Amino acid sequence: MSSSENTFQAVAGQDQTKNIIKLAILAVGGQGGGVLSDWIVDVAERNGYHAQATSVPGVAQRTGATIYYVEMMAASDRDPVFALMPAPGDVDILIAAEIMEAGRAINRGLVTADRTTLISSSHRMFAVSEKIVPGDGRADSAVVLAAGQEAAKSFICFAMDKIATETKSHISSCLLGALAGSGALPFPAESYRETIRASGRGVSASLKAFDRALDQAKTQEPAQNTDQIAPTDSITVPTDLAGPKVLVGKYNSLVKRIQSLPQPAQEIAARGLNKVIDFQDLAYGGEYLDQLEKAAIADQQAGGEAQHFRYTKELAKYLANAMAYDDVIRVADLKTRGTRFQRVRREMDVDAETVMQITEFMHPRATEFCGLMPHRIGRFVESRPKLVRLLDRMVNRGRRVRTDAILPFLSLYLVSGLRRWRRALLRHHIERAHWLEWQARAQKALTTDYALAVEIVLCRRLIKGYSDTHIRGLSKFDRVLAGGDLVAGRSDAADWLRRLREAALLDEKGEALDGALATIHSFIDDTPKAASA
Amino acid sequence: MAERSFKKEVQQLKIGAGEEFRGEGILAITKALLESGVGYVGGYQGAPISHLMDVLADAQEILGELGVRYEANATEASAAAMLAASVHYPIRGAVAFKSTVGTNVASDALANLASGGVTGGALVIVGEDYGEGSSIMQERSHAFAMKSQIWLLDPRPNLPSLVKAVQDGFELSEASNTPVMLEVRIRACHVHGVFTAKDNKAPPLTVRDALKNPQRKTDRIVLPPAAFTHEQEKVKTRWPAAVNFIRDHKLNEMFGPKTGKTGIILQGGMYNTVIRALQRLGLANVHGDSAIPLYVLNVTYPLIDSEFLEFCEGKESVLLVEEGQPNYIEQAFGAMLYKARHKVSLSGKDYLPPAGEYTGAVMVDGITNFLRDADPAMLPARHRAPNKPVEDKTFDDLVKTVPARPPGFCTGCPERPIFAAMKLVEQETGPHQIAADIGCHLFSIMPPFEIGGTTMGFGLGPASNGAFDGGGDKRAISIIGDGGFWHNGLTSSIGNAVYNKSDNVIMIVDNYYSAATGGQDILSSRADNPTKSTQHPIADALKGVGVKWVRQIDRTYDVTKVRDTLKEALTTTETGPKVIVASSECMLNKQRRERPIQAKAIGDGKRVVKPRFGVDEDVCTGDHACMRLSGCPSLGMKSLEDPLRDDPVASIDESCVGCGNCGEVADAAVLCPSFYRADIVHNSGRFERAMARFSQRIIGALQNRRAKNRLTFGEAA
Repeated sequence: MSSSENTFQAVAGQDQTKNIIKLAILAVGGQGGGVLSDWIVDVAERNGYHAQATSVPGVAQRTGATIYYVEMMAASDRDPVFALMPAPGDVDILIAAEIMEAGRAINRGLVTADRTTLISSSHRMFAVSEKIVPGDGRADSAVVLAAGQEAAKSFICFAMDKIATETKSHISSCLLGALAGSGALPFPAESYRETIRASGRGVSASLKAFDRALDQAKTQEPAQNTDQIAPTDSITVPTDLAGPKVLVGKYNSLVKRIQSLPQPAQEIAARGLNKVIDFQDLAYGGEYLDQLEKAAIADQQAGGEAQHFRYTKELAKYLANAMAYDDVIRVADLKTRGTRFQRVRREMDVDAETVMQITEFMHPRATEFCGLMPHRIGRFVESRPKLVRLLDRMVNRGRRVRTDAILPFLSLYLVSGLRRWRRALLRHHIERAHWLEWQARAQKALTTDYALAVEIVLCRRLIKGYSDTHIRGLSKFDRVLAGGDLVAGRSDAADWLRRLREAALLDEKGEALDGALATIHSFIDDTPKAASA
Repeated sequence: MAERSFKKEVQQLKIGAGEEFRGEGILAITKALLESGVGYVGGYQGAPISHLMDVLADAQEILGELGVRYEANATEASAAAMLAASVHYPIRGAVAFKSTVGTNVASDALANLASGGVTGGALVIVGEDYGEGSSIMQERSHAFAMKSQIWLLDPRPNLPSLVKAVQDGFELSEASNTPVMLEVRIRACHVHGVFTAKDNKAPPLTVRDALKNPQRKTDRIVLPPAAFTHEQEKVKTRWPAAVNFIRDHKLNEMFGPKTGKTGIILQGGMYNTVIRALQRLGLANVHGDSAIPLYVLNVTYPLIDSEFLEFCEGKESVLLVEEGQPNYIEQAFGAMLYKARHKVSLSGKDYLPPAGEYTGAVMVDGITNFLRDADPAMLPARHRAPNKPVEDKTFDDLVKTVPARPPGFCTGCPERPIFAAMKLVEQETGPHQIAADIGCHLFSIMPPFEIGGTTMGFGLGPASNGAFDGGGDKRAISIIGDGGFWHNGLTSSIGNAVYNKSDNVIMIVDNYYSAATGGQDILSSRADNPTKSTQHPIADALKGVGVKWVRQIDRTYDVTKVRDTLKEALTTTETGPKVIVASSECMLNKQRRERPIQAKAIGDGKRVVKPRFGVDEDVCTGDHACMRLSGCPSLGMKSLEDPLRDDPVASIDESCVGCGNCGEVADAAVLCPSFYRADIVHNSGRFERAMARFSQRIIGALQNRRAKNRLTFGEAA
């Protein structure tokens, strides 16, 4: 065995790695974490530092969370011995290419208040587990932002994805810029730029992104949580109203009626009014307000004052959604509007001159066609399975509609024109019956249990989507309300209904809902009184 | 054509004596092979040694000049078998693969090679895929070395040490007529560092020359009585020869003071982590000079009794740092001490965890705890590592918040629609017995698809449904990739199913490459490969081994077709295995290939159509049904600034490559009409533009007509 004579006098408990800069990068596979760590090594070596980078990509490169690790130290006659992986409590700079990865780093103990500069982009790349939830399964960035402020020595966090998109560059260039701007490394910004130039690919775009991120990192304003819904009261009703004078006049008189509604419900009611008018016509808006006014009175009588008229407010929201149901006519209408065409060009980032073809993916079935029939004929057909099967064979197939071409556009345009006769069509009769029954149910509860009534209104959220998804939503809606009936009369009835609704939004098949219902049965079934209620 | 091009790195393989090599550990090893006068190289890709195979593939010009034969072996078994060239001929050969999975496959050939022994140096480079980032079962290559008596090198993870290990390995192999395994851990493979190069050496005898005068020695062939002689040789001549070589050439290293109360014995691969722990405890400086004697095992098999006992001499206790389990080395050392009646106390997995990766934190704790008992004077009064997080603060709600992010299908992956179709079939027919295989397609076991119950090895998906070949109420389904198919699936899985008259369904996922390992070409790749023979259709091979029911799908994105074909396979009255070949190019490689071409075409003013998908946010109801059939990274969510809406709606970002899955799924599953495809036409022709303008005018007129007669609320409504 070979042996080196160099020995070292122990200095118990004194960390000998103070001069080593330890930097970890947490990225999502495909974000260019490798490029970034190569750049950082290059910058370090340009500045006369020893640097070592390593990583464990493997299959994590395929969209998974992945980590890169760099150590560097001013060069001397002898090489230092660097570590190959970050250790909790021993990281100087932590770069996260996505905000939840910053959270992951904190959870791994790689971010500590005594030393770690935490640099993260505030944007979200949602994990599959967040996306497959039927409701809102998104993890809350605010939790990470709060933890970051507490856990790190300094926390630099802003929307780098935005800069990357605007400069047509990549997140890695922005992260390098933020690193340079943070001043956490003893290297001049110009040496970073040299590194980018030397890399030779997409240099000008990378430099743009780098410089913008560098400036923003220097003038760091506290990270804002970009992705959550802004609170209702901060939003004002859109005013860019346009149309024939006569209609505008009628509209204004409808808007006046809103003033008579309880104040807390007014803003939502105004938005709801716009939505249903946009869906059908002014008269429809009238029908909407008629129902709200009735509800408001009932609300008043039920002592809604004390409840800030939550009942009317929530009804204003969910009635609008119920009345603006997603039928073929609405889809055709939305797809054929000029504003929509402009939005598509904006989203695709193409000017009006560039030729762009738009293909819609439609898959109508017999049900949708029956829905388009005058309701008596529709019912007649629907009550004859053979006929429905025949119809289904004729119509049920995927249709690709080129809405940028005249004829296909015209076909959708004509369908949307059926709006005029909508009230007479089967689908409308079904939907109308449904929302009337739902309101009746809620108002009945209102007299005895205000909170329960509000919860019944909120259950409308369960109904969304098209075809099978829509049917599944309806059945969840029914099962939740049926579950509500089981506990009706109990003091915690409203609370149970809320639990059921939230459970129903957790998974597609409704397994969580089944669980919740089972719980209810477990304590209902042995108390016959409640069960019969 | 691999996912990454190494043309730049390849230039470094040419550099000569005195020049500085900069790069990854795995590339340093490649350069070291050329400096050692290797005669032939081969192997099978797989993290962490894929880059070695890719570099060799890109370096064939240089290899040709040196007269080095490069073989991209079909399997690790083929690779190990290739080392047979070093049995009778004095030619150095090296093969590389992922371990332990690759070593499992290679073990038949390795055992035969080790029995007869070698004349020329035979080096097996195993990329130990263990610990964080690993994609396989957690085992040790050490067991293979012991069972076949192959020497095992575990060098310190820095470039000079890795390079030296390659050269030592060949010499040790030749000195002891035994193949040598060079174990490199995943981080060592990817470590970026520097070493001073030597000139490349052409092999003294090339494989070409060897063919001029063929040689054979019957006593080297594994057949009785020779096989019994081989076993005796192993212990009587080869083992002692190896031990002498390792001791005389000082392959193992000693650091720190000669004497001391305690000492630490470690695998070479553990060196940096141990030193870091000592540095943080104030027991070593940044250059690795240690206050505690260190015995570094760059060779972990065989162990050198005399060296070990010498190191233990005069010490009260020693700590052995041995990663992975079982603790083979600890057991061996224990036996040595017992036989030597030695009083030193040997510690190992009593202070360090019995299983799992030895990370920085684990090492600091382990060594601290050892010293607390063995030599407290080495520790500060506090008796604890100072650098542990000062406030060991955990953020409970944060732990609950951060979602897991396992690897999954890339944006536009052609495998996604296949599993979307499978999920649709299962929604109709109920769940089936489904066996998965190895490859990107194994991501199907995770949400949103959750398809596949077992993975028994590369190319063994259908074979792992063997017990169900007899059939039953529902047919069993198995999945296998094109990589696994050519690795050994054709015989082990397909042949097995045909011969046993299997009634089951086999889905072959053909993405034109060995994709999960980095997009290397294989027999059925569509690309023209100048040095390899490609474009051999899988369907032909299937018919060749007697599969009657074969369906070839040339566009996996056609979800409806995949779904209906699978349903047919599950219901047809045809006997024997039903095999579907679903083919579409790996999107990662397709983009890498086509992006530059497309960009150039646009630059040259040629007509190019770029598709991208979008979602009409006012049509989308936020039920996320599409995502439960996709999980595509580019298909995300966004909130609408509309208090009437509760749930975030689907939204597609600019990373979308327009693969078509979203539209096809929306159609096949009858989801919703929110998706649209926008085909942006670059450099459109004059006529095309005129037509577009014309229809735009008509459409615009119709839109204005309607807008004029109704109230509009801008986009906010």
